[in-house]
Amino acid sequence: MLTLHRKLLRDLAGLKGQVAAIAVVIAGGVMTLMISVTSLDAIRLSMDRFYATHQLGDVFASVNRAPEVIAERLREIPGINLVETRVVAPVRLEVPGFDDPVRGTLLSVPDGRQPSLNRLHLVAGSLPESGRANQVVVSEPFAEAHGLGMGDRLRVIIRGRYETLVISGIALSPEFIYQVAPTDLLPDYERYAVMWMNRRALGNAFAMDGAFNSVVASVQAGASTASVIEHLDRLLAPYGGIGAHDREDLMSHRILQEEIAQLRVMAVVLPGVFLGVSAFLLSVLMGRIVNTQRQQIAVIKAFGYDDRDLAVHYALLTGLMVAVGVALGIALGSITGDLMAALYAEYFRFPETVTRLQLRVVVLAALVAAFAAGLGTFRSVAAAVRLPPAQAMRPPAPEQFRQGWMDRTAAGQWLAQTTRIILRNLSRHRLKSAMTITGIGLSGALLLLGSYQFNAVTHMIDTQYRKVLKMDTHVTFIEPTSAHVLAELRALPGVHYAEGYRSVPVRLRNGHLSERNAIEGLPASPQLRGLVDRSLRPIELPADGLFMTDFLADQLELRPGDRVLVEIMEGRRRVLEMTLAGTVDEPLGLGTYMRLDALNALMREGPAITGAWLLSDPDRRDALYARLWDAPRVAGIGMISQAEDGLRQYMEDTVLVLMSILLLLAGSITFALVYNNARIAFAERARELATLRVLGFTRAQVGWVLIGEIALLTLLALPVAWLLGTLFAWLLSLAFSMDMIRIPFHITHQSYAFAAAGVLVASLLSVVLIARRLRHLDMVAALKSIE
Amino acid sequence: MVTAPVQPSTKREVVFSARGISKVYRMGEVTIHALRGVDLDLYAGELVVMLGASGSGKSTLLNIMGGLDSASEGTLRYRDQALSGVSDRELTRFRREHVGFVFQFYNMIPSLTARENIAIVTDIADNPMRPEEALDLVGLADRMDHFPSQLSGGEQQRVAIARAIAKRPAVLLCDEPTGALDSKTGIKVLQVIEHINEEIGTTTAIITHNEVIGRMADRVIRLKDGRVDEEHRNDRRADPAELKW
Repeated sequence: MLTLHRKLLRDLAGLKGQVAAIAVVIAGGVMTLMISVTSLDAIRLSMDRFYATHQLGDVFASVNRAPEVIAERLREIPGINLVETRVVAPVRLEVPGFDDPVRGTLLSVPDGRQPSLNRLHLVAGSLPESGRANQVVVSEPFAEAHGLGMGDRLRVIIRGRYETLVISGIALSPEFIYQVAPTDLLPDYERYAVMWMNRRALGNAFAMDGAFNSVVASVQAGASTASVIEHLDRLLAPYGGIGAHDREDLMSHRILQEEIAQLRVMAVVLPGVFLGVSAFLLSVLMGRIVNTQRQQIAVIKAFGYDDRDLAVHYALLTGLMVAVGVALGIALGSITGDLMAALYAEYFRFPETVTRLQLRVVVLAALVAAFAAGLGTFRSVAAAVRLPPAQAMRPPAPEQFRQGWMDRTAAGQWLAQTTRIILRNLSRHRLKSAMTITGIGLSGALLLLGSYQFNAVTHMIDTQYRKVLKMDTHVTFIEPTSAHVLAELRALPGVHYAEGYRSVPVRLRNGHLSERNAIEGLPASPQLRGLVDRSLRPIELPADGLFMTDFLADQLELRPGDRVLVEIMEGRRRVLEMTLAGTVDEPLGLGTYMRLDALNALMREGPAITGAWLLSDPDRRDALYARLWDAPRVAGIGMISQAEDGLRQYMEDTVLVLMSILLLLAGSITFALVYNNARIAFAERARELATLRVLGFTRAQVGWVLIGEIALLTLLALPVAWLLGTLFAWLLSLAFSMDMIRIPFHITHQSYAFAAAGVLVASLLSVVLIARRLRHLDMVAALKSIE
Repeated sequence: MVTAPVQPSTKREVVFSARGISKVYRMGEVTIHALRGVDLDLYAGELVVMLGASGSGKSTLLNIMGGLDSASEGTLRYRDQALSGVSDRELTRFRREHVGFVFQFYNMIPSLTARENIAIVTDIADNPMRPEEALDLVGLADRMDHFPSQLSGGEQQRVAIARAIAKRPAVLLCDEPTGALDSKTGIKVLQVIEHINEEIGTTTAIITHNEVIGRMADRVIRLKDGRVDEEHRNDRRADPAELKW
């Protein structure tokens, strides 16, 4: 069957433009599938392995101060396995040669040895030696950000006292795979450090001798985590416990889970769209190839080839196109997959990134692509094979046309004959026209989707930093502080305005649903912290009742007016019932808000605040930070503008990079579709067009028959593109709604215009290429044979 | 004019035997009665020319005899094998093993060279000639690596003949083999067909509307309106070189 195969290769070579176009689309599908599955796999496996090898705890609890003897009682809790008590201290530190304030969390490890839970992975050096008070292990990303190495010194302020610590080791922890400061959403390795030192030394420095303020525990297999948490809460409540939680509320784990969820969505949606489009393209192309090869098929059958031979022949043709696409996709996928892995390695710190055998992904991608292609080609091949040879050899009967509105209405009489040809063709081939319009519409929809992502993310960041966080500096205090401190803050250099807030850790419950959160008490109409509704109008807080982020309300299945149980996890712990007064629309994080005075009353305290927001003069910020730095009650300083830059950077790094790839692919699909369509239309109609030329029509008139059809189909496809694109965007915004970040369903006119422009440019390019072919239309040759 | 069937001069084996063949098919919105009860025998080794105007049903008859199409009514036998009412699979095998086709428009596979256009048939034949040998027989050994687009119409038709005979078929069916050619080239093609018939003894049927070609046949069958209208035997087969149109 060698010669038949040779025909296959020559056919492919002859169709190279079209094959390339389809291959690009298949490659897009394979590539997105590979990127998302590889990344998904890498994160999940690396996470699982790190957790398992370094014994990440199952339950975490914080207290004010509990005596170490309590530890024994904790070990007796039914279902609990290992218990590790420790001291966790918020610190500030100075890094030589770095001027900005740096926050840090200092955790204790048992003197001179690894803890039984949350063990450290030492990248370099060793744990602090037993009995040494000044040795510290720092987290790897922090060390990298400052170029720190073994033996380097850090000045750390613990409880207002300077300590000089020497780095003995550099480590990673399964607790801080995503290493982010308590109030932040994104890592800032320069300005936030995680460090570990000996228990005794830290206990001394932090006034925790013979006591602890943090517990990590593991749960026995089969035991109930919820019951362990309940026991822990009961035992720790007298010592200021603010509620134990499981891994789901561990920041690092939560972010990892969200990333995994996002990748899952991506692994289905994007390859699905691309492969769907390629299946569609392949079915159109194969249908038309089979049509143009009608006579060849007949001849081959006349020679005595049977249906199976032909089916195999055309299946191989499809298979080869798929193979080219898959190969291209794998090449692109492994390049971009490595890029993505490097990107993830920046945000998620694993000791080793486990990349499982790629073959599985490759095979999966090839199978999915082949399946999509098979779906697209099956019909055409089946039709080709069914054709009785004698019938195939006869020239096809003239297609059946009927008189329509054009012939009956006055307007119809005005149409030129060439325009009639276009309209009759389109209405004769309604299914084909509808498929083409849908196809071009789909690719336009992809363009819209890409553009939506660009704009929505920008819109989200703008909302967050122009409407919600209007401050430039965020100060947190070690403990609740009198509101008088605001006057002191206002007197600091460069401060234009200061506003205080009170944050109280709570657990919100509605039936079986619960969520750990913090209520923020704000002034009635906060100036620096915007609360806005869906149309970005400011909200005034009522005298009582709660407001919460609408996403949180949805998660708790609460609507304004509903009652919600609020378990106060600080000071005198109580459970209250409160009313949800309304919701606010915030793209980032989950928040609960109420009036500051009402919250102070609830806590049975005077006007107290736990943090403040400042609006300051950018030129005098260094002086301001220096003063804040020295204030003993200040626990941390957040630089909001830096956080904004960080967020924009993160978005640029991940979402936008991904979306640029998507946009590029969508553009090439659009072109592939329109160009393919035009090429095939040209091949099918060459004889008809040549006949028109023979009859004396000008080139322009003949060109119009073809180009007018493309133009009309393109124009009809635009509304379809907008409609489908809007639907895709809506689905994507639903799929990408997460605790940390929600991408708003916000499509601008520019996005619609962009999608339309993309489709039109692709059409125009195709028309230019086809016009070149039209110029070389050989009238005589086209008329001589009945091919 | 209807005459009695002409008996072969010497008793020869019947290769094809058709009785009461009818064919009705639809083309677009039109129903065509292409054949209305044809009786016909073809004998081993003879060269038959079937004449008829366009629409007389001659192509349909050829297609049915070649297993490309099936009759609506009637029986058709090839040697002792029934061809009417058999499955597509059997028709395919019949074509593969016994029939060589030559078409009016050559029907080359454009993406294959002359040699490959022949190889595509010899690939699936039992005891074929080598493609080079077949090309040699039609005098085109020097053009074997040319693509159809690089060959003239006459050359393409000669390649088509080489392709048809390369499998050593029992019967060669030619549908208007000179229809798309000028007379000089046409005669050359007919000489090749005649040569094959003489040398290899392949039973050959040529259908044409060109009366002149009838002179090179052992026997001439005229079709009209889907029926055999007249049949006669030539006393002497004319050399194609003598033909003029």
